[in-house]
Amino acid sequence: MLETIGVEDESELFDVPESIRFEGAFGVDSSDERATAREIEQVLSRNDETASFLGRGHYAHHVPAVVEELSARSEFLTSYTQYQPEVAQGFLQALFEYQSMLVELTGLAVANSSMYDRATALGEAATLATRVRQTSGSRVLVPELLREGQREVLENYATGAGLDVETYPSDDGNVDLDTLAATIDEDVVMVYAENPTARGTIEERLAEIGDLADGHDALFCLGTDPVAMALLEEPASVGADVVVGDAGALGLGHAYGMSHGLFATRESFLRQVPGRLVGAGTDESGRRAYTLTLQTREQHIRQERATSNICTNQAWVALRTAIHAAWLGADGLIELAEKAARAPKELAARLDDIDGVDAPVHDRHHFREFLARTDRPALAIRDDLGDRGYAVHALDEDHLQLCVTDVNEHATDGLVEALSEVA
Amino acid sequence: MRYDQARWSEEDHYEPLLIEKRSETVDIEDSPLPDDLTREELTMPSPAEPELARHYTRLSQETYGVDSGPVPLGSCTMKYNPSLLERVAADENAAVHPDRPEESVQGTLEIMATLQDWLGRIGGMDAVTLQPPAGAAGEYAGLLIAKAYHESRGEDRSEVLIPDSAHGTNFASAAMAGFEVVELPSGEDGRVDLNALTAAVSEETAALMLTNPNTLGLFERDITEIAEIVHDAGGLLYYDGANLNALLGQARPGDMGFDIMHYNVHKTFGTPHGGGGPGAGPVGVTADLACFLPRPHVRESEGEYELYDPERSIGKVHGYQGNWLVLLKAYAYIRRLGDAGLAETSRKAVLNANYLAERIDFEIPYGPFHHEFVASAGGRDAANVAKQMLDHGVHPPTTKWPELVDEALMVEPTEAESKETLELLAGAFDAASSADQDTLESSPRRTTARRIDQVEAARSPHLSWKAFEDS
Repeated sequence: MLETIGVEDESELFDVPESIRFEGAFGVDSSDERATAREIEQVLSRNDETASFLGRGHYAHHVPAVVEELSARSEFLTSYTQYQPEVAQGFLQALFEYQSMLVELTGLAVANSSMYDRATALGEAATLATRVRQTSGSRVLVPELLREGQREVLENYATGAGLDVETYPSDDGNVDLDTLAATIDEDVVMVYAENPTARGTIEERLAEIGDLADGHDALFCLGTDPVAMALLEEPASVGADVVVGDAGALGLGHAYGMSHGLFATRESFLRQVPGRLVGAGTDESGRRAYTLTLQTREQHIRQERATSNICTNQAWVALRTAIHAAWLGADGLIELAEKAARAPKELAARLDDIDGVDAPVHDRHHFREFLARTDRPALAIRDDLGDRGYAVHALDEDHLQLCVTDVNEHATDGLVEALSEVA
Repeated sequence: MRYDQARWSEEDHYEPLLIEKRSETVDIEDSPLPDDLTREELTMPSPAEPELARHYTRLSQETYGVDSGPVPLGSCTMKYNPSLLERVAADENAAVHPDRPEESVQGTLEIMATLQDWLGRIGGMDAVTLQPPAGAAGEYAGLLIAKAYHESRGEDRSEVLIPDSAHGTNFASAAMAGFEVVELPSGEDGRVDLNALTAAVSEETAALMLTNPNTLGLFERDITEIAEIVHDAGGLLYYDGANLNALLGQARPGDMGFDIMHYNVHKTFGTPHGGGGPGAGPVGVTADLACFLPRPHVRESEGEYELYDPERSIGKVHGYQGNWLVLLKAYAYIRRLGDAGLAETSRKAVLNANYLAERIDFEIPYGPFHHEFVASAGGRDAANVAKQMLDHGVHPPTTKWPELVDEALMVEPTEAESKETLELLAGAFDAASSADQDTLESSPRRTTARRIDQVEAARSPHLSWKAFEDS
């Protein structure tokens, strides 16, 4: 090969000035496959084995073996973004089906093929609001109970778009509608609410929030997830203009916060949607075929006038979400969601029987999670439970938050027993 | 080599949609919640597991990946993804919740701290954050850091300079971070024109974003002078890591004068592209900028690993800590290769690109190039050339970009391909270059779908299966 090129050594191919050539070493030893696998296994074994009752935005449901196996097929895993659609029909169809499932769940006409996570999808929703709104405005309203990390991501996106993020208060876990009504004005471009909320409560007045936003030409953005949507009020039916959320709750499970962001919106905002969209058209043989579409919204065509900078997204996680949702079917999804609506109530009732614990704190319906008030400091209880192999959130001085789904329900007896020892 | 991609077809479609195979609409009744808090019904596909398995197996066969054949997409670094990476990411101990206390996820934090350290050494950077979930997110985080740095010095700089040959994400990220974009025209040699740069910098310059080697595969030989011009004006130098696969062990962005860089671990460090993602876009910075990194950051302290908030952190660019499982795969890749393997990677990547360029009969206007080159399809439509290549068992190169080259074919074979595969690619190029116009326009013929009318698909968008409900 060197002869064909006409050089004696590969180093001649590098047009790098001497002064900046790297002569040092990185200091990374190589190791063979077996040793690499062993090293990683050993390091990861330093993660404690824990029955996790953690939620607050990152959820796990049992991922069926068939989801793991099918998504791991290497044609899916090693393929690139579908810029040559004729040779990528399979992945395009899988993403089209994913989008379609989100359309069924949200009731909105358009879902993109993925964002990074809920927080960045929320940031994108805020910038979309500035593009579609009739008049300019500068305020984005979010619940005071919104996870700090999500608010910080939103604040970064908002600042770049010339927006300020403000919080509105809560009322027993849910939106304090009266105060929201008093603070909203024509300067508000978007109102964000979550269902379920960050505390696991189910909103009861979503349509009123939607009307309130609509009355001020503000977008109503709803944060949720595919399991919750299978049972709770359909976002479109309560006036949601944009739906964001972590869709990795189906298909991925706990991955230290890695997920994928769902993003759905109304057809009228189609040309302002961030990220990739798969559309169906026809090929030369007249058959239905799929392709990335409306790409003139995107950075590789529109550069600084693009709707977003997103390029690489979370397509493979979206594939997993779709396979998982299809495996469950409508019945299975609803059943999973009904379990998530029953389980927190049942667990809260058991915790409430423990001396020194009141649960649930909020007099609301719950989904997956709930708060418990403790007499002893919550942080001390969390640590004591940690020592006994159970992970829960300590929210503040005297509140725990616990999440219960199909993947940890088997551990509830043990948790109740452990908590009764340390509460 | 001939190639026939799998194809299941009926008269008007290929593999049917799941919803067309089996679906159900279920009413919500007797739920644990009051009726006014629930939806009325839900429609979803409801295949039995064997149907599901066949559906997605067929869809996988109708998808071409690196494991199917070469994917020489310029700027994308479609190298082989070792199976080992999937194995380690499937470790049950990796499946942790992000709110676990630090002391209970020491293994995860140790992997992250070590990876931060390795990436720092590889790029010549003093501190690295792993939080950005993709390259574009890395650019965005890097620009927020630049903004915070200037603000900390009482300066409100409004402009980011970007060469016309840069990736589209650079422009979009700058706009999202609230900057004005100033586009720099390339010089005749395809590199940064020092005169144009000197004319463009000012007290408004927040940063210059550069890819090096640039998208034409050319090394910016004047990088030291470029750094001086930007730094003298008070600006920062940002390195787009998309082409780092050319330089491992040869040169480091930190030594060239770059202040901020992102790494595309799904390009350089072998993690699979997954049909578009997930990737990861860690960001490295010089010591002066470490206090602005996203929070929380991982560090070691007396053998234990902890999270802390850098003093003047820009806040967050991802809800949690980014794409953890992708980062774990990158760790495995770097450990497996080590110093020698990483350096060999770039030598081989550059060798392969140069060899393939010799073997094809296309004009390559700019050089000397490194891991990728941009050929011109000349009088032919580059898109047609690409479609014809599909019929020869290879994935075509990136087409029609960068626009500096007429009918561009941007080719990056990567280090993974053997001489025999490079010959196969060369054969596909030659076949496309000698094909007559009818053949070019009627290709591809052997892929699952025939040529798709993308203009019509965009004109009347059908974005979900609801578009077919009545048909």
